[in-house]
Amino acid sequence: MLTRIRAPEPARAEAGTELGAVPLRDVRKTFAPVRRRADPVTALDAVSLHAAPGEIVAVVGPSGCGKTTLLELICGLLEPDAGTVQAAPAALMAQRDLLLPWRSAVDNAALALRVAGVGREQARAQAADLLHDFGLGGFGRARPHELSGGMRQRVAFARTLLSGRPVLCLDEPFAALDALTRQDMQDWLAGALAVAPRTVVLVTHDVEEAIVLADRVVVLSPRPGRVVATLDVDVPRPRRRTDPRLVALRERALRELRR
Amino acid sequence: MIAALLLLALLGGWEAYARLGGVEEIVLPAPSAVLAALYDDRALLWSNFTVTAGEIALGMLAALALGLACAVAIHFSSALRQALYPLLIGSQTIPIVLVAPLLVAWWGFGLVPKLAIVALVCFFPIVVPTLDALERVDADLRKLMRTFGASRWQTFRMVEAPAALPGLLTGAKLSVAVAAIAAVLAELAGSDSGLGNLMLKAIPQFETARAFAAVLVLSVFAVALFGLLALAERRLVPWAHQPRGTAP
Repeated sequence: MLTRIRAPEPARAEAGTELGAVPLRDVRKTFAPVRRRADPVTALDAVSLHAAPGEIVAVVGPSGCGKTTLLELICGLLEPDAGTVQAAPAALMAQRDLLLPWRSAVDNAALALRVAGVGREQARAQAADLLHDFGLGGFGRARPHELSGGMRQRVAFARTLLSGRPVLCLDEPFAALDALTRQDMQDWLAGALAVAPRTVVLVTHDVEEAIVLADRVVVLSPRPGRVVATLDVDVPRPRRRTDPRLVALRERALRELRR
Repeated sequence: MIAALLLLALLGGWEAYARLGGVEEIVLPAPSAVLAALYDDRALLWSNFTVTAGEIALGMLAALALGLACAVAIHFSSALRQALYPLLIGSQTIPIVLVAPLLVAWWGFGLVPKLAIVALVCFFPIVVPTLDALERVDADLRKLMRTFGASRWQTFRMVEAPAALPGLLTGAKLSVAVAAIAAVLAELAGSDSGLGNLMLKAIPQFETARAFAAVLVLSVFAVALFGLLALAERRLVPWAHQPRGTAP
């Protein structure tokens, strides 16, 4: 069963100390067919996954292997057909930033706090502090369309963090960015998580992103998604992309993906 | 610039036709005669204009309030959608010329039947774009709000209502022109003042130029109202007209 916490304590959200685990056991999720007489689609089958508190688990797999479904199960947006999902409350961050065009950067970052009932001024102050930490100090009043793609993703990440959820579900968070910005953002995320550790489930099709960021990489098969390999990334941080251990792990993950 | 030239050419053609084409002045007055009437009858036109402008403005306000309430109700409840939408479309096929005398019989020559008719006509063009904007809200945004633990009302207030505002304003702009026509039709059905009333009385008095002057006043008012709404749009929802990248 899913436990949901309605309103996160602002203080906890800021300190980011409360961590939660994500245990999934033998989860299956099947979707009704889009057209009549078509077969139902099984997105995930017998998937077990465990993220310990504070751990970063990356899930890689080919397109259509049910990665997004996995995150929606963890976030409680979907219920599994079989198996159990016992995730602590999780916040979802999507590939698209989903910033509200009529809100400034600060007000966008403060959205979850406002939903939780925090007063406008206090929410803004907290959001402004975090944006400042994220190198967006001078952009608090800017509207989303005035920001670059990387900046918008950072605002979206600030919004996700400020939701105070102990678990973060990142759904290909940098896939919409150009290659150079993507690498910068990956390094930046690694730094941000080192400062404010969270339990993270990161879904990506970018194997390098998974290896650089995660403690553990779970490889899924094509539909229906099954776990075909789990790789532990036992490399201390900060990590360099050219580290031979990371390169070797990347090759292994790619081999597992192609199998 | 081109619009001004086009207008001048049209007016010139009209003037030439009215003077040289052998048309009776009581059928088609020349633009110069209309302008003269506009000046001579300015007090009469103004006092009747304020009546009609009030009917249009208040009728549109009523339509905005009702249209917004109706769009939100339909958005929240699929039962209401099935019950209300057909009625809504049906209401648009009611010929005003048929209903107007009935409303006058019920409510007399005053403001109320005019408001009802203007509101009836403006209602539909307001509801449809508003509802459209509500439905077009990104499904992923609703999911995001759910992961934040937002209630249905919070999602509406923080995400859906601001997203629907451009639709509401588009609807208001669409309804300006029909509101003017509706107000005149309502006055023709029974009234003691207003520009429609003025037109009705001017024709049998062979004061066709005065009737045309009344039309001119009404058109200018409609254009001004439209401009005002366009300005409000730019002030209230600037984000709806800017490049938005990957934002919803």
